[in-house]
Amino acid sequence: MKDPELLYLVGGVVAVLLLASLVTRLLIRKSGETPVLVNLRQRVNAWWWMMLIFSSSMALGRGGVFGFYALLSFLALREFITLSPTPRGDHRTLTWVFFLILPLHYLFAWAPWYGMFLIWIPVYAFVFIPIRSALAGDTDRFLERTSRIQWGVLTCVYFLSHLPMLLYLPIPGYEGQNAKLLFFVVLVTQISDVMQYVFGKLFGKTKIAPKVSPSKTREGLLYGGAAATLIGTGLWWATPFTPLAAAAMSALLVAAGFFGGLVMSAVKRSLGAKDWGRGIPGHGGVLDRLDSLLFAGPVFFHITGYYFGTHMASSHAQPAWMKEALRLWMGP
Amino acid sequence: MSSSLLAFLVRLATGVRLLHDLPEDGKRRIYFANHSSHLDFMVIWAALPARQRAWTRPVAAAEYWEKGPLRRWLSSRVFNAVLIPRDLARMRHDDPMGTMLAALEEGSDLIVFPEGTRSESGALGPFKPGLHHLASKRPDLVLVPVFLENLSRILPKGELLPLPLMGQAVFGPPLAGPADGESKAAFLDRARDAVLQLSRGQLTPHSDEGS
Repeated sequence: MKDPELLYLVGGVVAVLLLASLVTRLLIRKSGETPVLVNLRQRVNAWWWMMLIFSSSMALGRGGVFGFYALLSFLALREFITLSPTPRGDHRTLTWVFFLILPLHYLFAWAPWYGMFLIWIPVYAFVFIPIRSALAGDTDRFLERTSRIQWGVLTCVYFLSHLPMLLYLPIPGYEGQNAKLLFFVVLVTQISDVMQYVFGKLFGKTKIAPKVSPSKTREGLLYGGAAATLIGTGLWWATPFTPLAAAAMSALLVAAGFFGGLVMSAVKRSLGAKDWGRGIPGHGGVLDRLDSLLFAGPVFFHITGYYFGTHMASSHAQPAWMKEALRLWMGP
Repeated sequence: MSSSLLAFLVRLATGVRLLHDLPEDGKRRIYFANHSSHLDFMVIWAALPARQRAWTRPVAAAEYWEKGPLRRWLSSRVFNAVLIPRDLARMRHDDPMGTMLAALEEGSDLIVFPEGTRSESGALGPFKPGLHHLASKRPDLVLVPVFLENLSRILPKGELLPLPLMGQAVFGPPLAGPADGESKAAFLDRARDAVLQLSRGQLTPHSDEGS
């Protein structure tokens, strides 16, 4: 992580946050502590903390990054399941999900055992979840309950874990620099969120889906998305992309981020809530902040891999130490 | 020290927030809440500011908490529980009301669950008369209704491992004691309604006797 370009990225974000804090303070001095400004201050302060934790996880290396995303998945899934009314019959299933399926998924991701990372949740976990619930004997709304848990695990754990997986993507000529790629994805997606919100507040007229998310407007998406794409393009030097490819990938992040936020908002509202939680002051829950990254992560990961023609399955097969550990445990 | 740590861990695991401003007016308080989980009293206890926590004692079933060294240690050392027998024969001879009044006399606040047992369904059962006895013997008591959200999902009756879901302890405004001429049943209904109201429709009353 001694990459000077990574430090430039962190420094840039710190500078923007400093500016945001300064502007907020000046606005509050001018107009007093109005609810909007207090919320703004809370949001900016939360950004400082999120930025600090995100960057220090990277400073801790791969273990730190995977540990950080495992924790985020845990907190996100916690919010998801808390809002979904799971009855008594799901208790044991959920115990397995939280305490075994999630940690093992991140173990396979960190190892890295790419094949297992890909199928552990869509195959093994999704086979196990309905079996365990069926054994509990409650048939009331069985399909709905099972789908709910599976969707929660898919988005909060499987999709989210593609972000740290970017560290392993073998890109010719970019070896050892993948942390910047992860930074790029998170930065562009989050900036796109902020820009869409700001431009939506300034120029927003046409609501895209007022019932799902009243703050998402066509103007906000167009202007905010364009601004985020411009910023992403301007960061091409930190990525393995040409400026043109960086622009296309930024636009992809904007689109995937937008739809991720839209879909998670629809899920949230179908569960009868306005915020996922109250963990991050001013923002809501962890999922309110992560929603746009859920779709952006896996889509970006696979398209980037395809673009550079990488073969994760052969370059990251089951690691020898894991094979050895399993052999010791199960016998030859 | 160890109790502050435990309270912090309980808040971390259940998502319950620490209360900040409880008036210290020297009045004795009774917190009464819906009951669906072993975590219930721990959650109320952990939500209280550390000073109040030191003199707040849960009222719990003696039969359960006297079994085994771990439960005995937890109930006597950590939570300093006021143990009340559930068994009728023992109840006659132990005088549970007297034990609770004595604890109040010594300057303790109490956490009680007037349903008397953990609800299986999550619905709110009828209240036992104990709360009425205490409130009429000690009209100076501050009766605080508490609604515990999601605890029945975090650790339902009969499960060993808690789920890491987010719960909440909602403390309501104090309930007035029994008014002149108010029957015991009317007072208990009023107390139960106070908890129901705090739940904003999340708790449903169930009328038949809970087990």
